Parts: sequence; structure tokens; C-alpha cells
Amino acid sequence: MRGRGGKEKLFSDRNINLQVRLCCPRRNNRTTQEPTFQYDFPWLASFRVPALPPGVVLGEQPLPPGVPSGSGLEAGPKAASPFYPGCSGGGGDCEARGPSWSWLTRTCGRHTQTWPSHSPKPRSSLGQRRCPPQPGAGPGFPPRSPPLRPAQRWVICSSAAVTSSRCRGSAVPWFLPLGGMEFAELIKTPRVDNVVLHRPFYPAVEGTLCLTGHHLILSSRQDNTEELWLLHSNIDAIDKRFVGSLGTVIIKCKDFRIIQLDIPGMEECLNIASSIETSEWRLSYVNKEFAVCPSYPPIVVVPKSIDDEALRKVATFRHGGRFPVLSYYHKKNGMVIMRSGQPLSGTNGRRCKEDEKLINATLRAGKRGYIIDTRSLNVAQQARAKGGGFEQEAHYPQWRRIHKSIERYHILQESLIKLVEACNDQTHNMDRWLSKLEASNWLTHIKEILTTACLAAQCIDREGASILIHGTEGTDSTLQVTSLAQIILEPRSRTIRGFEALIEREWLQAGHPFQQRCAQSAYCNIKQKWEAPVFLLFLDCVWQILRQFPCSFEFNENFLIMLFEHAYASQFGTFLGNNESERCKLKLQQKTMSLWSWVNRPSELSKFTNPLFEANALVIWPSVAPQSLQLWEGIFLRWNRSSRYLDEAYEEMVNIIEYNKELQAKVNILRRQLAELETEGGPQESP
Amino acid sequence: MEHIRTTKILHHHIASVEKLALTTSGCPLVIQCKNFRIVHFIVPRERDCHDIYNSLLQLSKQAKYEDLYAFSYNPKQNDSERLQGWQLIDLAEEYKRMGVPNSNWQLSDANREYKICETYPRELYVPRIASKPIIVGSSKFRSKGRFPVLSYYHQDKEAAICRCSQPLSGFSARCLEDEHLLQAISKANPVNRYMYVMDTRPKLNAMANRAAGKGYENEDNYSNIRFQFVGIENIHVMRSSLQKLLEVNGTKGLSVNDFYSGLESSGWLRHIKAVMDAAIFLAKAIMVENASVLVHCSDGWDRTSQVCSLGSLLLDSYYRTVKGFMVLIEKDWIAFGHKFSERCGHLDGDPKEVSPVFTQFLECVWHLTEQFPQAFEFNEAFLLQIHEHIHSCQFGNFLGNCQKEREELKLKEKTYSLWPFLLDDLKKYLNPIYNSQSQRFTVLEPSTVSFNFKFWRNMYHQFDRTLHPRQSVFNIIMNMNEQNKQLEKDIKELESKIKQCKNKQTDDILTKELLHSIHPESPTLKSSLCFKEQTLLPVNDALRTIEGSNPTDNRYSDYAEEFSKAEPAVVSLEYGVARMTC
Repeated sequence: MRGRGGKEKLFSDRNINLQVRLCCPRRNNRTTQEPTFQYDFPWLASFRVPALPPGVVLGEQPLPPGVPSGSGLEAGPKAASPFYPGCSGGGGDCEARGPSWSWLTRTCGRHTQTWPSHSPKPRSSLGQRRCPPQPGAGPGFPPRSPPLRPAQRWVICSSAAVTSSRCRGSAVPWFLPLGGMEFAELIKTPRVDNVVLHRPFYPAVEGTLCLTGHHLILSSRQDNTEELWLLHSNIDAIDKRFVGSLGTVIIKCKDFRIIQLDIPGMEECLNIASSIETSEWRLSYVNKEFAVCPSYPPIVVVPKSIDDEALRKVATFRHGGRFPVLSYYHKKNGMVIMRSGQPLSGTNGRRCKEDEKLINATLRAGKRGYIIDTRSLNVAQQARAKGGGFEQEAHYPQWRRIHKSIERYHILQESLIKLVEACNDQTHNMDRWLSKLEASNWLTHIKEILTTACLAAQCIDREGASILIHGTEGTDSTLQVTSLAQIILEPRSRTIRGFEALIEREWLQAGHPFQQRCAQSAYCNIKQKWEAPVFLLFLDCVWQILRQFPCSFEFNENFLIMLFEHAYASQFGTFLGNNESERCKLKLQQKTMSLWSWVNRPSELSKFTNPLFEANALVIWPSVAPQSLQLWEGIFLRWNRSSRYLDEAYEEMVNIIEYNKELQAKVNILRRQLAELETEGGPQESP
Repeated sequence: MEHIRTTKILHHHIASVEKLALTTSGCPLVIQCKNFRIVHFIVPRERDCHDIYNSLLQLSKQAKYEDLYAFSYNPKQNDSERLQGWQLIDLAEEYKRMGVPNSNWQLSDANREYKICETYPRELYVPRIASKPIIVGSSKFRSKGRFPVLSYYHQDKEAAICRCSQPLSGFSARCLEDEHLLQAISKANPVNRYMYVMDTRPKLNAMANRAAGKGYENEDNYSNIRFQFVGIENIHVMRSSLQKLLEVNGTKGLSVNDFYSGLESSGWLRHIKAVMDAAIFLAKAIMVENASVLVHCSDGWDRTSQVCSLGSLLLDSYYRTVKGFMVLIEKDWIAFGHKFSERCGHLDGDPKEVSPVFTQFLECVWHLTEQFPQAFEFNEAFLLQIHEHIHSCQFGNFLGNCQKEREELKLKEKTYSLWPFLLDDLKKYLNPIYNSQSQRFTVLEPSTVSFNFKFWRNMYHQFDRTLHPRQSVFNIIMNMNEQNKQLEKDIKELESKIKQCKNKQTDDILTKELLHSIHPESPTLKSSLCFKEQTLLPVNDALRTIEGSNPTDNRYSDYAEEFSKAEPAVVSLEYGVARMTC
């Protein structure tokens, strides 16, 4: 039974924040693969969308036939079947269902529950109790690390899936809203000891800080001392500062009170801060019919203060309707990467107040941001003649514009053709080979792209500034830069699932026109001007970083090669079409299978897993010096030389690692045995 | 000061010292080293800078061998240990391993007193049928008296690699003894009657030499020879090629195109490929055609050494072991008179004699390790360490230009041999994925298609850590390999303890001591801890480089700041070592 298999998977993995089911109808039983694509937004959990988006009301959407609409424990297991189109319901009638797109399922231990909205949520034990605190480990305090936490995550199933995505065509998983979520779910660290509270005119208080579903509580746990109980909803703004490992959070309240908390430990401090922070972002469904921007997905993340009407106006001011949207949220400091199309300022310097307001809304007070234009100043200026252009300093005074020059279209295609030609000729002498390699300019493009991505990452992580990235359309070099910056900044994007999610988000959903760009490769004589190896360049850049940080990626080179192959020719539907809207019209979800569903099967995954992977939570800065960049032999010399010895060496390496694991396991078993023998022996011995 | 980093540079490693124009912060001093390290000092006072500059200039160029570091280096070993160290590599043993002397080859005592050839070793192996007069006659017809002798004997094929210098043939001269000697070499090979004569020079150079009364063998005068030029350039071309390469590498804000056009115009990789091609030609002649090969260049101590040693390395897996590689260097480079002191500029001498011939050999070996990762017992660090020491003058092995000179310097009494010190640190130099069993690796057949040759970043940018991968797969695997050995031991220990324990329990005579002795040992814990640490780069600053590799290091063009120059707090000159404390 397909349904059962899918369900187990869905609820077993507790580490996944958001799981989204890819609709992947199987017309015959060719395979019994697991059609689940687990899609997670590493950074999404760090901001919350306090209210559900308009038009989407939890629990009120019509459920697919066969699912009892009542709330209760039965919803989970039974609801599993409609996740699979074809099992129930069928595709025909789903158009009528309107914007229903998801329901929230909460897994709690073994039970799965569906909460109808507006029904009283069961309050977490933390929030309910308001007994006066007692000395010592008072019962008023939440138990240390509530046992529920790890298992208790919102699993949001894009049953979406069934209805909306099939009809409206979003293959996946957008950001599924954390709307309606309990605040407790956002609490990363429920409790920190040795926190010092500073308030004007009061002595500093040292105590334990607790976050509950509704309150921030600080207690010194002394008799007769006052405690601080602060409603989360009273928090207006938060500032973070660090001196060494001591973090300071300054909380500014809506009633004008300002308090300061000194929290030892940087990570703790960041967790606390991001737990109580309110989000400045919301999901917008303005593009749900693909009317505002044909190349955007139906749901995008935009600043909360900008309404859909303004977005529509901004869309008319940006190339291809690609108004600025959130691409990445850097948890560490709350800075963001946004991307868009070029502004249509034209020769007469048109401006758009809403556009200015939108991108300014992403800046914190007094902060400046950077606009990275992936074209040289010259090219950007020339674009004005065709109605395009760039942001004028006068109209965007809080932004500093940086021009970088990343090539596009036929220049890249020619570069690829030259490179492949050079690699294919074994008779070249050394000088000719080197000059051909140089003339192809491939590595120059790599360096340009990586440099720009590093610059973007640097702005975010080092300068603490938000950035907006665009080129002309915002579908090529823009995506290269936003996605590579995330590889550099975000450890999750270096895992297999995270990287899949990145491709899905930053390439497929963001509207990189795969159909056009990857129609032909290096050998075809018919040259179309929209062909370009943009995605291959991106993969090559990832490979360069992978080479420099060989232990920080969960996937290996083969994974990148596989993605390259499938982007150009694939039996799966994932890379077909130029954007979501096209994929929807093509009904790819009903007619084709998803690449991810195949790749994520354990048997396939094992080929793509990097045996050296050890999670590295740091930002990784690659070197972009020409001496550090190399020709990607796995792609370009793949068919031109025997890699037998290299493959064998790799196998040997894997063997050593496997053997190491084996030995470690064995040693552990033996030690346990020995310990058992000792304890058995102990009592015998004592009398 | 909590964090003091000390950079030590041997005076002998200093290739050039340069004083740059005075800046506001002081007087910049740039030191370029022979191991490709470049150090920038800023000395606050110009006078100090000038003094340092002058002292370094003097210290880096010694006039006498006796002033070199090796003569004062004292690793606290007694004389017998020192002697043992020198006896570690025994070439007579090596020839025995090859299978000589035998019915066709014998040890000649012609050069016992360095009478025939000063730059050859005392022990030389020649064809049994070559009489002393033939040898003497031939040596007179060869440049510097370097007549054809055995370099490597391939036991299975019964074919030999011989080496010599160019013949003094001029335009028409010939020498019957020389012709006889070559005849004898080809006769010493019972399988194949013809032999190859490889002139490793470009044809043009060889022809130009004829005007000076030297030249190459005329095929008409020698029976059964097949003559072949292989076109490796001379030491002067190599020197300027490296010079150009280093200039390109030192360029700030280097673009990809400049790098590759610089790499191309330096010709460095072209030269490497030429050496490799010659070695492959040599190996093929022996393996495929069973023919003996005579290799020479002009004097037979630069290109000839490269080709003979590399050829033997391809043919014989022994030379791909740590010990074997040492033997190879001792035999084909040190014993046969590669002029290390002149080529490395140990003493203040003719700068035109300096040339990176040995460096090229090491690079060729590195290229082979890249193509055959499992064929070598040693790793890249071993090659780099050897390269370090050909310039360091810390050990006696590479001092002097030939064996005779080394004996006169009494190196074996006054200095130490490098090899035992390398063996002490063997762990560092072992290749964790070495496969000694594999039959396929007996003869290496590398591909010399141009794209297989890559720039050796770890050699020429050894000290620019920002250019290297921040995590080294190699080191991790190496540590894991070590750890596996430890774990295997632990398992045995644990198993025996469990056995003991069980026995004790059944016997019901438990003694407390034994139980106690079991408990405190928790080897897994220890080893897994050290494993965790080592997964990051083992080099001292690994942690810093991973997390903090600050973007300015990485030349993000516009954003990159100028290379931040280390400002030394103290620059003190001690004997032999310039110490920089920052």
C-alpha cells in the first residue's frame, strides 16, 4: 500500500520541521517509491507569521472526500490517504475547492491530531500554570526541557498537495505557514540560568529565564523577590549585542518599558532572542493565479507591512513582474537576502514609491542595505534604454549599490562550448591546452559568480546588512548568487535535503527557465540565444566549495553530477518547464514523477552521501583565487579519461571510514559487555 | 601575550631579500624563500631595516661549506647512531636487490679511486664483457669522463637502464672503445639485441654542442642502436621558467586568465610533461620491447638523473615505497653526482648554476601520485619535506656536488643523514590508501594528455594557507587509519579482558585488583576524542582557518583589502635562524 508507506515516513522523522508531500501520481506500479519530498526551510522557523494569510482558514477548507471533517485523533491516520492523488478524490473535482491548501497536523507522541481553527487549542502545560513560584525548584517553573519538545513539531502536510498544487500547479511546498501555531513551538531554549536582568532604578537581578507559550519569566527563585512576567505580545522590538560570550538582549516593550537581559552563551542568547522576536515577514498569495508575476510561485514571502495592492504596483515596476521577495533569512543576525528583477526606471528615471517602501521595509531602523546588481554599471546603464535600469541613489538613500559583472546567455554558452571542445581534444600540447582553457573563460565565470556570492554572504554575515540582488530578469545570475550565498551561510543547505530544498526554492520555484536554458548543451549546432549553462555554473561553483570544504557537505560530487544530468535530460518532471506556472499548465504533477522522490530512496541516497560529512555549523568562506579554482574533472573530463584508479582510491577511502565505524561499534559493544560482566561480578564479589 | 606565533626561517632557505620603498609604518622587507614562502616584514626604523637586510644578505649566502647549518646542527645523537643513520641506505644492497652482479653485469673497480670520473661514485656496474681498457677509452670520449654505466637493471626483462654524458663526437669523431661499450651493453641483454640511446636534449641543442666538439652518437658508427631525442630543456630554461611561474603566483589580485596565460607562458607544465614523456618512453622501451636503454644529456647529471630515476619509478614498485624512494634519490641523484649544492645555491656561487631540476623530479612524482593515488607508500607531505631539506642544509645528504666532494668534506662524520629523521616521523608521510598488494601497480602507465597536469598548489603555495582547502580529506583518512589500528588493539585487549572476566566468574575467584585494573582504561573514549579533534585540519591553525578564514584573505577583488602585513614586534637574529615574533 502506497499510502501506508508514505504515512510512516511522514511521521517518523522527527527532525523535519516541515514535510511536504509532493504530488506524484503514479499511473502504473512501475516503482514503489516513496513519493515524499521533505521540504524544510531552515530559517523559516525563526520568524513567525502571526496570523493566517487571508483567505486561508484552518480547518474550514473542504476536506477531500473520504476524510472525516471532525477534529480529533482519527484525522491523522485517515487523512493520510488523500495525500495521494489517485487514491481518493481524484483530480477532477479539486478545482472547485478554492484556496484550500493545507491543514496542520500536529504530531504528539503517537497521536496525530488535526485542530480545527478557532477551536480552543490545548494549552501547553507551560502556559497554563500560573501558580506563584515557590522557593527552590518551584512548581511554577516549567519543567526543565519539556519532554514533548523534540517530538512535538508541527508537521505541515501540503495536502496542499492534493488540491491546490495539482490544480494551481505548485509542485511543492511553499513555505508552509506557521500561522496559527502555538508560540511554544517557536521556543528554542525554554530556560536559561544565570541571566541578569537590568532595569532602570532597580538593582540588577540574577535568576533563571523561562519562556512559556505566552510569557517571558525571570525569577531569582528567592523568597519575596519580585519576578518579571512579560507577555510576548508586549514586546515591541529587540536588540542583541555581544561582548565575548556574554550576550545582551534589550527588550523594548509596547508600554515604553525597556529592560536588559544579560544571557551567558552566544547560542543561548540568539535562541532566546529569536524565540521572542516577532516577524517582519508574511506570506503573500498575491500571485496565486500567476497573474502578478508569471515566473513566481503562488506564494512568496514579503515584508509584513506591504500589502498585496502595493505588491501589484511594485510588480509593474520590476522586470517580468518580479517584485522583491525574501530569498534567505540569516538567523544569526536577522539579515535577509531579497531578490527581484531589475527596476523599470527607463531613460526618464521612473520611480515607484511602493518599491522604495517595500525594500526599505526590510531594513531595521538606522541600518543600511546593499543592492547587488549582477551587471556591470555599464550594462546596467545600457539597460535603461530598453526600459530597464537600476535603483537611483536619490530614491533609495538607505541602500548602497554594488555592481558586479556576471556574464549571461550566449557568452556563457560559448564558454561552455569552447571548454568542452578543449577537453575533448587529447592531442593538444600543453601550451595549447592551457591557452584553450584560458580562452574558454569558464573558470573566470566561476570566479565572478563565487566572488559575488561571497560578497553577498559577507554583507550579511560580516557587515550585518541586508541585501537585494538582481540582474536583468532576476532569473539567472541573481539565483546563482542567492543560492551560493546560502550554501556559504547556511549549514542546512549543505545537507542533501537542504540542498534539494535550495534547488527547489531558489531555482525551480524562483523561476529559472530550465526549459530554455538547458534545451541544448555544448555540441548542438543550432544556437538559441536563451540557452546558457547557468545552472551548470552554479553546480560547478558548489563543487568548488565542496572541494575546499570536503567534510562540510552531506552530499558528494556524484549528487551534483546527477543534478546536472537531470537538468538537461531527465525521465522526471522536476526540471521540465520554465516556471511554476508552466509546470502547472503542463500538469506535471499528474503526468510525471518527481526526481526527488527517486533520489531520496535510501538505495539511491547512498550513492550521493559524502562519507566524510560532519555537520559544520559555521559559515564557510571559500577561496576564489585562481590557484584555488579547478576544472571540474568529474564533468568535463568524465568521458575523456579513465577514472579507474581514482574511483578505486575513493572506494578504499570509504572502506577505511566504514571500517572505522565498524570498529567503533565493536569497541562500544565490548565495553558494555565488560561493564556488565563487572557489575554482575560485583555483587557476587561483595558478600 | 597569550598568543605568540613564531615563524622560523632558515637562513639557507632565503632566496632573496628585498627592501621596498619606505612607508609611513616603516620599512618593508620582503624575503623570498627557496621553499616558496614569501614573508613581508615591516621594520619601524629604516636603519634597523638596513642592518637586517645586510645581515640577511650575508647570512643567506655562505662562502664555505663549513659554515652551513648541517655542520652545527646537533640532534643529540652519538657517533654510532649517526653512523647507523648514514648506513641506512646501502647502494650495494640495492644493486643486489636488482639482481646485479650477475652473469652479464659486474662491479667495476675502475673508478675506485675516482681516477676515471670524479663525479661518479666509486662503485659502478658495467657489462661483464666490458674490459677496463674499453671503459677507460670510453670515458675519454665522454664529457667529464662520465662513461655509460648501469643505473637500473630490470630483472624480469633482463634489460638495463644505463646513463652517461654526451659523447665528444664533434662533427665526425668516433671512439671504438665507446662503440664497444655500447655493444657490450646491448649484448648484456640476452633478449633484445638492439638498444635505445636517448638523448634527453632537444635536437637543436645537441647539434649546437657538436660545434664545441661534443654532440651525440652517430647511428652509423654504432651497431644496433636506435637513437632518440626527447627534448627536455636545459637548466637555464628551467630556471627562468620557474622564475616566471613564481612571478605570476606572486601577482596580487590575479585574474583567472592572467593565471592561466602566465602558467602557459612560463612553460613550467610543458617542461614537466616533457620529463614525464621521456620517462614513459624509457619505461616502454624496457617493458614493451625488452630493450636496454642508454640515457644521456649534456653532462648526464640533470636531465639524465630525472629520466633515469623517474623511469625506474615507473618500472619498479619498490621505488614507490618510502625506503625505496630514499634509495632512488641516493642512487640516481646523490651518488651519480647531481650537483645539489650548485643547483640549490647552497653557497654563494654562480647564480646561473642554480636550477630547479630536482624540484621538477618531485613534481613529476607528485603528478604520478595524483594519477595513481594507491600506488605510493608515501604522501605529498613526504615530497614536500624532502624538498624542504634539499635547501635547508640541515642534513649532509644534499651538500656538495658529487660523492668525492662529500667524502672530502667528511660529511658522514660531521653531519647527519636526513633519512633516519624522516623515518622517525614516518606516520606523517604514509599514504593511508596505499595498496602494496595490487599487481596492477607493478608498472605505472601514466597518461600525459595535457589536462592531466595540474598546477601543484601545495608546493608553490605551501605557505599561503588561504588558498588551500580548509579541510583535508587526506589528513582525515590518515588519522582514521591510525585510529583504526588503535581500535583493533583495543578490541583485542577488551576481548581478552572479557575472557578473563568470564573465566574469573566461572572460577568464582575474583580478585579486586584485576577488576580495578580493567576499569580505568577506556581506550575508546580517548581515541574517539582525538578523532573528533583531528577531523578538522591538523595544522595548528585549522580551527581558525575554517571558521575565521576571513574573507579578506580570499581576494574577493574589490572588497579585499591589501594583504595585511605582519608587523613583527621583535626581529632578532640568532645563529642560523631569523625569528619573527608577532
